[in-house]
Amino acid sequence: MNLNELIHHTSEWLKGSGPNSDIVISSRIRLARNIGKYPFPHWATKKQAEDVLEKIEEAKLKISLLSNATVFRLVDLDSIEKQFLVERHLMSYEHAQKTNCKAAIIDSEEVISIMVNEEDHIRLQVMQSGFNIYEAWNIINKIDDALSKELSFAFSEEWGYLTACPTNTGTGMRGSVMLHLPGLVITRHINRVLAAIAKLSFTTRGLYGEGTEASGNFFQISNQVSLGHSEEDLIDNLNGFIRQIIEQEQQARESLSANNKAMLEDKINRGYGILKSAYIISSQETVELLSMVRLGCDLGIIKDIDRCTINELFIITQPAHLQKIEGKKLSQQERDVKRAEIIRSRLKIT
Amino acid sequence: MVCDVCGKNQATVHLTEIVDDQMTELHLCEDCARQKSEQMEQQFGLSDLLAGMVDFGKAPQDKADVSLKCKKCGLTYTDFKKIGRLGCGECYTAFKKFLAPLLRRIHGSTQHLGKVPLKEPKSAVKKAADLDTLRQRLSRAIDTEAFEEAARIRDQIKELEKNNQQSDKTDK
Repeated sequence: MNLNELIHHTSEWLKGSGPNSDIVISSRIRLARNIGKYPFPHWATKKQAEDVLEKIEEAKLKISLLSNATVFRLVDLDSIEKQFLVERHLMSYEHAQKTNCKAAIIDSEEVISIMVNEEDHIRLQVMQSGFNIYEAWNIINKIDDALSKELSFAFSEEWGYLTACPTNTGTGMRGSVMLHLPGLVITRHINRVLAAIAKLSFTTRGLYGEGTEASGNFFQISNQVSLGHSEEDLIDNLNGFIRQIIEQEQQARESLSANNKAMLEDKINRGYGILKSAYIISSQETVELLSMVRLGCDLGIIKDIDRCTINELFIITQPAHLQKIEGKKLSQQERDVKRAEIIRSRLKIT
Repeated sequence: MVCDVCGKNQATVHLTEIVDDQMTELHLCEDCARQKSEQMEQQFGLSDLLAGMVDFGKAPQDKADVSLKCKKCGLTYTDFKKIGRLGCGECYTAFKKFLAPLLRRIHGSTQHLGKVPLKEPKSAVKKAADLDTLRQRLSRAIDTEAFEEAARIRDQIKELEKNNQQSDKTDK
């Protein structure tokens, strides 16, 4: 598989097909692991980092679950290609910086991705569409077991899996769910939810993870604690909490539909109108308007687009995607024009 | 009183730090306090959680603390405070004294209760505890009518009981 094939492929998790996919975009589990023999990436010598990469590449070959995954050594990718992977949530922004001895191992369905030599030797990630953390755990658990047969992980009975940053020690697990909460934002109940999140040891992040703002009414919620609980307990907790947020969002949407229908229809249709007719549009505006259109689709106010198309638009209107589609580098202004063009054509077809 | 750092100007900023039951006081003049907070900013730039736990102005308990170093990778405790990351698995043992309270503050616990790598042999006690936990989760799932999840857990229990039987046989 080469990267260019990915442009024409809809990531599994974007398909909008999982449970509760009106409110939950995707569920993700990430495990951090390190090979015991070597220092953590930021403290390793170049030779050690290279050894780690080779060991992991060798292990990958022996694991049948990873047989349709491709290893991308980051030095072989140009900056647009790296950004492209970040935009598809297949690797972090940090991983794209200083790419010596780093790699990304990605399966053709874009369900599994492994970052090699990011903050830890191995950052294993599995994504599922909709609200499906348990299935993500099912898959990632098996891959983790397969990896641990080939590699000797840094582990202690007392502290668990040992990671570069103490905030990840123990299970090394971060479970997150990406939610679309326009109802709670419009009704201004979102602040209560965010306060509860903080109180209960969860964290909230924006669309692109650490350091990004919540825009387009998207919120990524994850567990903060990783030591002192079993993986299943952490997942149960996250699951239970998210279920409550889903209910709250549903109630907010119902209340808006019942009491503010005109305002909703106006907001949604205006957004839809602009997207269908603009010739220049920024990514910020796109995300905010697409959020309204997505809500409109969920509420049946907009009937002629499906959720999968909207999900896709969120991704392909991003900078690296636009340039990959166009096949060359584009300036900011050129991107704003190209973005509008792609949106108009996608919204016309359906 | 006179500033603790420069010994010249009057101390107008008074810092008190209490960690567990150790209390340290630092009295600074305005200039030295400003310098100290600039120093602190350089040390910050770690994850938010670690930021509140960096000790400052505290005299090291003994010389050994300052030069605490991981034998395997050479990271010193001072390095760790600056970078916010450990050097290797061994560091956890080398800096155990300071890491234990830090981990407790971050996670509320210092005992791993999750899965172990396959290569590690499981003790009989751990095996029994695992089955116990699974059975509890099974009954919870049934109570909350999460039948798909319950079926998954039931299968896991069967698998575990089978594996335990097999490995018990080979042990004997």
